[in-house]
Amino acid sequence: MLPFIFKRVLQSVLVLLITGAIAFSMFTFVGDPIDNMLGQERTMEDVERLRAQLGLDQPVPVQYFKFLNEAAQGNFGVSYRQGREVSEIIMERAPATLELAALSAIFAVLMGIALGVFTAIRRDGFAANVIMSASLIGVSLPTFLIGILLIYLFSVELGWLPSFGRGETVKIGGWTTGFLTESGLKALILPSITLGLYQMTLIMRLVRSEMLEVLRQDYIRFARARGLSDRVINFRHALKNTMVPVITIIGLQLGAIIAFAIITETVFQWPGLGLLFINAIQFVDIPVMAAYLMMISVMFVVINLLVDILYAFIDPRLRVSAK
Amino acid sequence: MKKTSTILAVAALMSSAAVVNAETLRWARAGDALTLDPHSQNEGPSHTMRHQMYEPLIIRDTDGNFVPTLATDWAPSADNPNVWVFNLRQGVKFHDGADFTAEDVVFSFERAKQPNSDMKELIGSIVEVRAVDDFTVEIETSGPNPILPSNLTNLFMMDKDWTEANNTVNVQDFEGGEITFATTNVNGTGAYTLVSREPDVKTVMARNENYWGIDEFPMEVSEIVYTPIQNAATRVAALLSGEVNFLQDMPVQDLARVDGSDGLMVKQAPQNRVIFFGMNLGADDIEADNIDGKNPLADVRVRKAMSMAINRDAIRQVVMRGQSEPAGMIAPPFVNGWTAEMDAESSTDVEGAKALLAEAGYGDGFSIRLDCPNDRYINDEAICQAAVGMLGQIGVTVNLDAKPKAQHFPLITDGKTDFYMLGWGVPTYDSEYVFNFLVHGRESDIGTWNGTGYDNDELDAKIKSLASNTDLDARNADIADIWRVVQDEQLYIPIHHQVLNWGMSENVGIEVDPEDQPRVKYFTMK
Repeated sequence: MLPFIFKRVLQSVLVLLITGAIAFSMFTFVGDPIDNMLGQERTMEDVERLRAQLGLDQPVPVQYFKFLNEAAQGNFGVSYRQGREVSEIIMERAPATLELAALSAIFAVLMGIALGVFTAIRRDGFAANVIMSASLIGVSLPTFLIGILLIYLFSVELGWLPSFGRGETVKIGGWTTGFLTESGLKALILPSITLGLYQMTLIMRLVRSEMLEVLRQDYIRFARARGLSDRVINFRHALKNTMVPVITIIGLQLGAIIAFAIITETVFQWPGLGLLFINAIQFVDIPVMAAYLMMISVMFVVINLLVDILYAFIDPRLRVSAK
Repeated sequence: MKKTSTILAVAALMSSAAVVNAETLRWARAGDALTLDPHSQNEGPSHTMRHQMYEPLIIRDTDGNFVPTLATDWAPSADNPNVWVFNLRQGVKFHDGADFTAEDVVFSFERAKQPNSDMKELIGSIVEVRAVDDFTVEIETSGPNPILPSNLTNLFMMDKDWTEANNTVNVQDFEGGEITFATTNVNGTGAYTLVSREPDVKTVMARNENYWGIDEFPMEVSEIVYTPIQNAATRVAALLSGEVNFLQDMPVQDLARVDGSDGLMVKQAPQNRVIFFGMNLGADDIEADNIDGKNPLADVRVRKAMSMAINRDAIRQVVMRGQSEPAGMIAPPFVNGWTAEMDAESSTDVEGAKALLAEAGYGDGFSIRLDCPNDRYINDEAICQAAVGMLGQIGVTVNLDAKPKAQHFPLITDGKTDFYMLGWGVPTYDSEYVFNFLVHGRESDIGTWNGTGYDNDELDAKIKSLASNTDLDARNADIADIWRVVQDEQLYIPIHHQVLNWGMSENVGIEVDPEDQPRVKYFTMK
C-alpha cells in the first residue's frame, strides 16, 4: 500500500510542476504589466528600472524557477495591481469564495437530491416533466446569463435582493463571514443559486436515473410485495443505494464549484478568489495569476489523489495493477 | 448602567438633530483606487478617491479653469522668472486637527520627488520649494516654467508632523509590495475623512465637519460609500435597483435605459480624451503591409487618403450611438492650442481619397494590419471594425488585430506596430503635453508614446522651447505653428472626442467633469 501511495504522490507533484510550467509559459502571452503599473508620463528609465526590479527581464524558465523556489517557502510575491503580498490577499479573499461555494454545494445537493427523487418517483407526472424540461434550460444557459437574469428579476424589478457584493460582513479572527448579518445572508442567495444551478441539475439527473434503475430491482419489488409503505421503500431502501455514485460525483464537483466561481463572482462583484483572478488577468498581475492557478491545481490534484487512495483501499485489485 | 444609556440616548438625539441632511452617496464605478498614498500612483481612480480626502494647492473646475484650493493665489515672481509664488489659505486644518502651513507644502513636494513616487515626472522641472513665511511658498524651476500650475492639480498636500510621526515619510514602494501607514490611512485637509477601507470591496468616507470650505461648498453628502463593480451589466443593475445612486463608467448601450427610468438620469459632457489612429511613417519598409521595399505610409498623400476614407459621422451614429464628437485634431476642445477650424479639418471624401491614393502610386491599394485595443476605450474594437470597412472602400485592405490593452500598448511603446489605435487626454490642458508625448521624436524621456517614427529636429527644438517660454503670446504662436505641421503632415488620423456619461439618481446634483474626477464636496442632494 505504501509504495502505491508514494508513487501516486510523486505523480501528483510532477503534474503540479508541469501545470506551473505551462502557466508560466502562457504568462508571456497575456501582455506586459509595466504599462499598467506606471502612469503614461513614465520615462524609459522608469520602465527599465521596474522591469529589472520585478525580474521581468529574465528568461521565462528563470522566472519560473524563482517562483517555485519562493513558493516552496510560502512566498508568492507581491501583487502588481494592489502592491500587497499575494498570500495576504488570497487569505483575505478565500472566505468569500469558500462561503459561497459551501452554500452553493448545499443548495445543489439538497435540491438536486430532492428533485431527483421526486422526478423519479413521479416520473410521468406533470410536475416532474416540467422540472425535467426546466433543468434542460438550466444546463444550457451560460452562468453569466443566469446571473444577469436573476439580478434583473430579483434586484431591479422586485427589489428584494442585492445585485452585488457581500453585504455587511462580520470579522471573526482572520475570517470574514456574511452568515451572521441579514444583508450578508441576503447577498448570498442569488450568487449561490447561480453557482449551484449547474451542479444541482447534474445531481438531480444523476439521482433520477440511478433511482429509476434501483426501483426496477427485484428487492424493491419484494419489498413492495411485503406491503412496506412507499415512503420506507423510496427513502430507506432505494435512495440509500442510489447515493453511492452520487457521493463520488458530489466530491469531485466541490472542487469544480470553487474553481468555476470565477464567472459568478464577476457577475455579482463577489469579492472572492475568482474575481481576484479576473482582475489579475486584466492587469497582467502575474504573481496573483500564478498563485491562484497553483492553488487550484493543488486542490484538484489533492482531491484526485485522495479519491485514488480511497479506491485502492476499497478495491485491492487496483493495488495489484499499480505495481 | 441606566445612566449611561440615557446619556447615549440623549447624545444620539442631539447628533441626529445636528446632522440635518444625513445623505449617503452610494457611488460605484468599474475600478478601485490602487493605494491611498498621495504620491505613489499617478492613476485616475486613485486620484479621484484621494481628491475627496486630500487637497492639492489648486484644482480645476468643470470648464478647466483653475480654482484656488490650498493656495488662494499664485503668480510668477517679479524678481526671478524661474520662481512661482504661492500664497496659502489660512486657518486650514488637517483631519487630525493640525494646522496646514508652508512647511507642509515644502515637505509634500520633497516627498513627491522621491524615486518611488509616480508624480515625480510632473514636477521634474522644480529645483527647490521654499517657505518664505508660514503662508507663502516659492517654487523655483530649472528655467522659466509658464505652465507649472497645470502640473500641480493632482499633487496632494500631506501633514509633515503626521507623516513623520507615523514613519511614512518615504513614498510607498508599490512594486515592492510595501504597505506603509499612508497606504491605508489618510490625514488630509479635504472635505471627507476616511472611515474604512477594504481594497476592491468598499471604502467609506464621512463629511469633515471642520473643513475650511464647509460653508463655501454644498457639501450635502454626509457619507460616501464607494464600491467598485467591474461587470458593466451588474453596475447598471445596481443603479436601476437603487443600490447605488451615482455611477461612473456607464456602458454606452445602457444609456437610454437608465435615462428612461423613473428617478434616474444620465448627464454627459465631452471628455478630455481623443481617439485616433497612428501610422508608422518613419520606417523605410514596414512589416504589416504587402508592399515590399517601400512604406506606403511614408507618403503623406496615402495618410491623407486614409483619413479621408474614414466616415466619422457614421462612426458617431452607428458605433457610438451618438456618444462622440468627430475630431479633426488630436486635442480636446479645452486644451490651449485647440481651434475649431483645425478640429473641423477631417472630412470624408471617398472619391478624392481614391484619386490621392492613385496619385501616390497605390491605385490598386495595399493591405495592412491594424492593431486595436478591445478593453480600453469606449467601443474601441467596434470603431476599428468600422474603419476596416471604410478603408476597404478605397482599396486599403485592413486586417484587424484586436487585443487587450495589456498587450496592445506595449506594441506602441516598443515601436512594434505600424498602424494602431490610441486615445489621449491632456491633464495639463496645454498642447505642450500632446507634443511631448506624441509629436516629439522618440527619446528615453520624451516622445515615449510617439509610435509614428516621425522625428523632425527643427520641430523638436520648437517643442522643447515651449517649456520655458514665458512670453505667452509667442508661445501660443509656436503652438499654432506646431499644430499646423502635425495637421499638414497628417501625423495622426483623428477619429473623435469621447463623451463622458455619469448616471445618477435624480436627487443627486452634479455637473460632469471632463477629467472624470467627481469631487463630492460639490454634490447636492435634494
